[in-house]
Amino acid sequence: MILARLKKRFPAGLNSAEFLLDVEIKTSGMVTVLFGPSGAGKTLTLDAIAGFVRPDEGRIMLDDDILFDAATGVHLLPQARRCGYVFQNYALFPHMTLRENLEFASEFRPKLERHRKVNEVLEMFRLTGLSGRKPKELSGGQKQRCSIARALLAEPRVLLLDEPAQGLDPMLRSELYDVLRNVRAAFDTPILIVTHDLEECFALGDRMFILTDGKIVQQGTPTEIFDRPASLDVACRLGIYNTVQAEVLTLDPSRNTSTLRLESCELQGPYLPGKFKGDRVWLCVRPEEIRAFPRASKPGFNQLPAQFERATPRPGAMRLHFQGQLLADVPRQEFEANKHIKDWILEFPSTTLRVL
Amino acid sequence: MPIDWFPLWLSLRVAALSTLIAIALGLFLAYWLAYRTFRGKELLDALVSLPLVLPPTVLGYYLLVLLGRTSPFGKLYEALTGSPLVFTWQAAVIAALFHSLPLLVKSTRAALESVEPDYARAARSLGASEWRIFHRITLPLVRRSILAAAAIAFARSLGDFGVTIMIAGNIPGRTQTIAVAIYDAVEAGNGDIARTMVLVISAVALLILWAANRLSPNQV
Repeated sequence: MILARLKKRFPAGLNSAEFLLDVEIKTSGMVTVLFGPSGAGKTLTLDAIAGFVRPDEGRIMLDDDILFDAATGVHLLPQARRCGYVFQNYALFPHMTLRENLEFASEFRPKLERHRKVNEVLEMFRLTGLSGRKPKELSGGQKQRCSIARALLAEPRVLLLDEPAQGLDPMLRSELYDVLRNVRAAFDTPILIVTHDLEECFALGDRMFILTDGKIVQQGTPTEIFDRPASLDVACRLGIYNTVQAEVLTLDPSRNTSTLRLESCELQGPYLPGKFKGDRVWLCVRPEEIRAFPRASKPGFNQLPAQFERATPRPGAMRLHFQGQLLADVPRQEFEANKHIKDWILEFPSTTLRVL
Repeated sequence: MPIDWFPLWLSLRVAALSTLIAIALGLFLAYWLAYRTFRGKELLDALVSLPLVLPPTVLGYYLLVLLGRTSPFGKLYEALTGSPLVFTWQAAVIAALFHSLPLLVKSTRAALESVEPDYARAARSLGASEWRIFHRITLPLVRRSILAAAAIAFARSLGDFGVTIMIAGNIPGRTQTIAVAIYDAVEAGNGDIARTMVLVISAVALLILWAANRLSPNQV
């Protein structure tokens, strides 16, 4: 269990406004991701847990042990916290070979056991043939594996990763995810990842916290958050780009349905607790959830006529832009066959309709 | 007339000893200046750097006041060793030390501050003590910079004239270093002796500077 409830204030500087970090993270998931834009305070939170930064207020606990407690003045040294930290720049000691780097983390063990353990980890992280190399002779992916291996050799109680996928190409990324999945299976160490990459949250996270401007704005499993973003801001940050205003027409709790009016079209969705008839609400729909096709007849159920404006290519699909800033993804061939058509129909999903 | 090479050997010995002390003292001071925050930090840095800009005679005067036979330190030294400190070759070591210390402190501080701070943080998160971080990570990374600075400090110690003459004096065969001996030879009109010594000391200094360049970290 990781608990970090902390506040830290940074007074306004010469070229920075005042910043207040005020977060509460409590998680017992194996892999927890801290998601947010750069400058939100993610790395600062990680540094506070590792003991590099002293918060003004709050308390940090790992299971039953207090690492920091402002009220009683407890502030353990980083050395005593046993937090494995994988830095963005990997921070491998440049004058040591890969093996020496690993041995440095393993010096508390007797010599023979250290040797065996280092060999075991070299094998596990596919670094055996490289153990005599210096960090500058390694590729980015190799350095990262070495950095994770080194952190784990010290038998940490939690593994902290700062933007691990930053700067890796897609192939190395999926390799990293495999490595972390193996770590998760082989070690009993909870992992806390800081990222501003959505893919990472879904690839790895059991639990997700969204941090913006020093505050946690939402927490849950990645799927929960994705299905129910807590605010328009979160929805935008999650890349749910279609946000349009609609009016609540009817609400029927017994059948768990509602109807909403979006321009000329009526949409059916699930019952909306806490909303009233006549309320203006925000509809959030991802472009790939909208079905788009050329208009052939009168729009039907959950269908909105829309004017095509332009198309931008996406990996594996075309993203169509319609009047009113609506986006929809369609397969490339489907678009190629209809690219001269201006009048389209957008069909909204009724079960996954997100309303804020 | 045969040349007495004692001043050269004395200079080399004094410079070597003062450089060794300056490395240790310089490392200590630079570590404090680079990693600790305390009031008057930059003032301490300025104070340590003062010998770089003060006339050597002024520095010599201060040391004479501080270490002279009537000063507390001078009395203590005399009580412990039975002889005064000033006007001995040991005083020449102190003169050379104060002359070369600023170079070592400045370069070592800059070298320590250029070490990526994440290395120390990573080592801390791996449970390494500050001492282990210093001698296993920081020191090996700044070793070359310190050696290069030490070579220059050695050369500078070798060339000190003003401070030495103020507190070690000019006693042939005891405290007369090469810089002082050259001055003496010129004064006495021994042009040949002066010329030979000048050429030898220039060659030694050139050799040391060349070695320092070879040692500096950007020469791989």
